Amino acid sequence: MSEIILQIDGKDVAASEDMTILDAAKKAGISIPTLCYHEEIEAYGGCRLCTVEADVRGRTNIVAACLYPVQKNLVVRTRSEKIDRIRKMILELLLAHAPDAFDLQDLAKEYGANKDRFEKDSSFCIHCGLCVRYCAEVKKKNAITFVDKGKTREISFIPEISAKECWDCKECFPLCPTEALQAAFVLAKAFTFPSSFLESAPAK
Amino acid sequence: MDKDAIDKILDKYQGQAGSLIRVMMEIQEEEHWLPREVLVKISEKLGVPFSRVLRIASYYKTFSLTPKGRHEIQICTGTACHIRGAQRVLDAVEELTGIKPGETDLDQKFSLETVNCQGCCTCGPLIKVDEQTHSRISPAEIADALKKYD
Repeated sequence: MSEIILQIDGKDVAASEDMTILDAAKKAGISIPTLCYHEEIEAYGGCRLCTVEADVRGRTNIVAACLYPVQKNLVVRTRSEKIDRIRKMILELLLAHAPDAFDLQDLAKEYGANKDRFEKDSSFCIHCGLCVRYCAEVKKKNAITFVDKGKTREISFIPEISAKECWDCKECFPLCPTEALQAAFVLAKAFTFPSSFLESAPAK
Repeated sequence: MDKDAIDKILDKYQGQAGSLIRVMMEIQEEEHWLPREVLVKISEKLGVPFSRVLRIASYYKTFSLTPKGRHEIQICTGTACHIRGAQRVLDAVEELTGIKPGETDLDQKFSLETVNCQGCCTCGPLIKVDEQTHSRISPAEIADALKKYD
């Protein structure tokens, strides 16, 4: 396989054809922040936090590192004033949904994002799709999915499937960058097993 | 619920995962909604994960997860129809059917919803009942127009 040399943050990096900017940066030990990326799952490009500047033929493009394939003579900058500004904005928007998520708070500190900039709409979910895609692609169970659309779009466990599959798995729980999934799962549990839900309620 | 009709549709597309939306549209047309047990059946027959069926059913406006009436009244509230008096037409329809947009009446005769521009602004105010359009309709004519539906 032919090797491609590209430049990331002023460093020459060797990569193979099928790699993305993110893969190449990882290999070279350059860190790019991500939220919706997972090694075992196909790249999604949902959170846009891995946004970087890429110079191709004299033009600077803003691209998602997790999806953009490496090219010969590509010049990539993972930190610049512009990139920091974009990431800060993304974080502020995400924080409006999940203000207490630890991952987001750490990143917010780094990029100087103000979590109170936008009106809170705490859904706790930032639609990274990690749980949904992990269940579909790795576990092939499809126990959790997105339902509805637009601003009412949310993750939902399917009681018919999750009643059988989820108890012995729960592998999607630690993937969540906001810990929102736990709540959703408890909700599904309440739906699926109304009797056990009642049993755990304090006696009156 | 007409089980035979649903089974016929499902048999026609058995195992064809790619026809999922087609099947759902046909059943929606037949039943005017998609009950959960039918969605389960679709997922089994077509070999599509149930979660995908549910995701698609909740995504498109065409599909309804709650029962709808036999006839669907759509009232255009686009700019042109709005200026030509869509609100008065809507009021008249609400008055006659006793339901508001997004609702279905008790005997499941009519469902009512407002829609955006239908692309024939000279015909406004426009209402559509099932696939039939009633153009330049005045509030006084609505009772007549709705009478022929049962």
